[in-house]
Amino acid sequence: MKNESALKDWTLIILFAAVVLTMPIWLKPLGANYPDLMQKFAIFGLFAIGFNILFGLTGYLSFGHAAFLGIGSYTAVWSFKLLTMNVLPAVIFAVVMAGIFAFLIGFVSLRRSGIYFSILTLAFAEMSFNMAYSVLTPITNGETGLQLSLKDPRILDNFQGEGIPITNLFGVKMSGMPGFYFCAAILIIGFFLSVRITRSPFGMMLRAIKSNQTRMAYTGFNTRPYLVWAFVISGMYAGMAGALMAVTDPLAGAERMQWTASGEVVLMTILGGAGTLIGPLIGAGIIKYFENIFSAFNEQTLNEVFGALPDTLQNIVVKIAGLFVGEGWHLLLGLMFLIVIIFLPGGIMEGFRRLGKLFRLSGRSA
Amino acid sequence: MSDTKKTNNVWSRRDILKAGAATGVIAGAPTIFTGRAYGADYLNAPKGSTVTLGFNVPQSGPYADEGADELRAYKLAVKHLNGEGDGGMMNTFKPSALKGNGILGKKVEFVTGDTQTKSDAARASAKRMIEKDGVVMVTGGSSSGVAVAVQGLCQEAGVIFMAGLTHSNDTTGKDRKRNGFRHFFNAYMSGAALAPVLEANYGTGRNAYHLTADYNWGWTQEESLKNSTEAIGWNTVEAVRTPLKEQDFSQYIAPVLNTDADTLILNHYGGNMINSLTQAVSFGLRDKVVNGKDFVIVVPLYSRLMAQGAGENVKGIFGSTNWHWSLSDEGSQAFVKSFGQEYGFPPSQAAHTTYCQTLLYADACERAGTFEPCGVVAALEGHKFDGLGNGPTEYRAEDHQCFKDVLVVKGKENPSSQFDVLEVVEVTPRAQVEYDATDAAFGGAEASLGPCNNGV
Repeated sequence: MKNESALKDWTLIILFAAVVLTMPIWLKPLGANYPDLMQKFAIFGLFAIGFNILFGLTGYLSFGHAAFLGIGSYTAVWSFKLLTMNVLPAVIFAVVMAGIFAFLIGFVSLRRSGIYFSILTLAFAEMSFNMAYSVLTPITNGETGLQLSLKDPRILDNFQGEGIPITNLFGVKMSGMPGFYFCAAILIIGFFLSVRITRSPFGMMLRAIKSNQTRMAYTGFNTRPYLVWAFVISGMYAGMAGALMAVTDPLAGAERMQWTASGEVVLMTILGGAGTLIGPLIGAGIIKYFENIFSAFNEQTLNEVFGALPDTLQNIVVKIAGLFVGEGWHLLLGLMFLIVIIFLPGGIMEGFRRLGKLFRLSGRSA
Repeated sequence: MSDTKKTNNVWSRRDILKAGAATGVIAGAPTIFTGRAYGADYLNAPKGSTVTLGFNVPQSGPYADEGADELRAYKLAVKHLNGEGDGGMMNTFKPSALKGNGILGKKVEFVTGDTQTKSDAARASAKRMIEKDGVVMVTGGSSSGVAVAVQGLCQEAGVIFMAGLTHSNDTTGKDRKRNGFRHFFNAYMSGAALAPVLEANYGTGRNAYHLTADYNWGWTQEESLKNSTEAIGWNTVEAVRTPLKEQDFSQYIAPVLNTDADTLILNHYGGNMINSLTQAVSFGLRDKVVNGKDFVIVVPLYSRLMAQGAGENVKGIFGSTNWHWSLSDEGSQAFVKSFGQEYGFPPSQAAHTTYCQTLLYADACERAGTFEPCGVVAALEGHKFDGLGNGPTEYRAEDHQCFKDVLVVKGKENPSSQFDVLEVVEVTPRAQVEYDATDAAFGGAEASLGPCNNGV
């Protein structure tokens, strides 16, 4: 029986890898098969997977995960500025740095649970944001954002060419499609690790904490170390995602650390289905798709879409639809979020499960 | 855990890696061969009968008003380029290679994006335009932070960037790029044009207190204003940085009252300036008398949209602007007329500069006979033109900055309409605001445009 479920996991991982790597093909009809958006899918998918290790397994809702994303980005850009344009050191430093910060913040925040924990993490994230935004301007370049410049030392490369060099992995440039495959590979590794963590005794412990922490304490377990580790691991995922953002586009801005960015990953996870393996990824994909595609719709595109309708009707439909696209894409997202939460509290994954059940039932009765 | 090890015999990790890699190669192959335009000698070379331009403006955030007006002007420019409407400044622009049949015979189409006044969002939006929509040129801005970030992206990607409203010295200073061009004036020019007017009206020996938007534009404007006012004998009491996203400036304005400052210089723009000025006035700053002098406020970068937003409070306040709709030259009149017919109100300076940039780009393509970025760069560098509302203007080859006259304006005491809020006090001639391309405020001798990039 257990053997069977392990086999299922491997199938899941292989299927997952296939789906991720074939993105350029199946995203084409959706108009989303351009490198920048696919990179975002992979990066925010990774971010959401990491977040889910904390929130989905232990039930501890962190409102400050964007801080680790930002720390990852800043560390990576500094690695590009000081050391080399090779992405490997950048990624490693970013993960380590995010892990250190996650340990410090987690150590303090995890003294409380429930809403108090959420507020503590939010407070830390806002502190980090404000530090990056104004106090630490020499390190973060504030509002303008940390950028590469020709004057950077880059002691390992010592690149002496014209123009600013681009990020690379041993010579393979990391923008455009190669950048996407790099992000995709890391996403697949990240997903693999998250499956292993979920299935491990450690993961079991985390789920036990979620179901009843007091009971755990009575049976003699000290839950704090487990929680701290879960927090650090998910912080490292966030740091990795932040580093990948800098890899594909070497710039880091403080807005990445703002509480809205932390809220976004919570939305992604809940929309897709907290606690499920795939759910957070689906949520991340949907939100990024909305943000990039629907926000770019203007009246011109709407008129093309509804061109088949009679003129008066077309004008009315375009007017109404116009509210929900372009600048109003948040409205569309909010509406969808409402519908999902009210009818499918378990997120989109619950929708899939229900559909699956429906088919199985009808299959049996037939 | 021990159970999972057994399954590894069925599917070893190595097998899975191999399978994954194989899938990757298969999946990637078609896009590797077809993803980038093959055979073309520059990125996004327009095939077909149309050419697409990318209009990347803030539709949300503190500069949203400016962004909305920029977009209106872009749409108007596209209309005129395609030979619709009355042609606006195309009739007064000279020398002009524009024919009113699109650009190089191709109909102009456009895509829009929201920069959200954030570098991250702006770059994502510009990347979408370049990678998905296949634009040959990106234009827009309304924040120098965004303009510098997007200009860098366009340089890396290999398309032309025509900066919209960006006033920081950095855009054509230390962050100048070969593929990027700016028609708008800059902080140094504001300082140079304002100082003589301030001296004539407020005298020498004043104590100035700066409130500065905390990003590259604010920093350079503060620096330029400090330099030019200190040159007329003013003393800088203090310069305080305020976050761009700030809405409430009372905590920054209250301390001004406790110093011996008699002048407040607001290095704010858009929604920031509307709020800070309104709050400064409501704190009674303008009624104060310090050291026997009336307290005065200066807003170095002014726009009609802001003046309108701040209402009564702008009366008598000095500032500088790139262009104003009340100018009586032929180009300005033609532009105000066709913009007014289209939208029912006069254009702002943001609308003016973006309209000009679109026309200038189209004209450069016509003259170069191609959309190829390096060809367009060569056509724009050192180009001299007239008839776009600013008098004779030159795109300086060394830093891609436009040099033209600068307007010093003042909030009107008796406005005749809700749009008639500014009056032009002086037209500062180009010679007075010109500087060396290797000036220290512009990155010094190290600043360079780098090579031009065609993106292939």
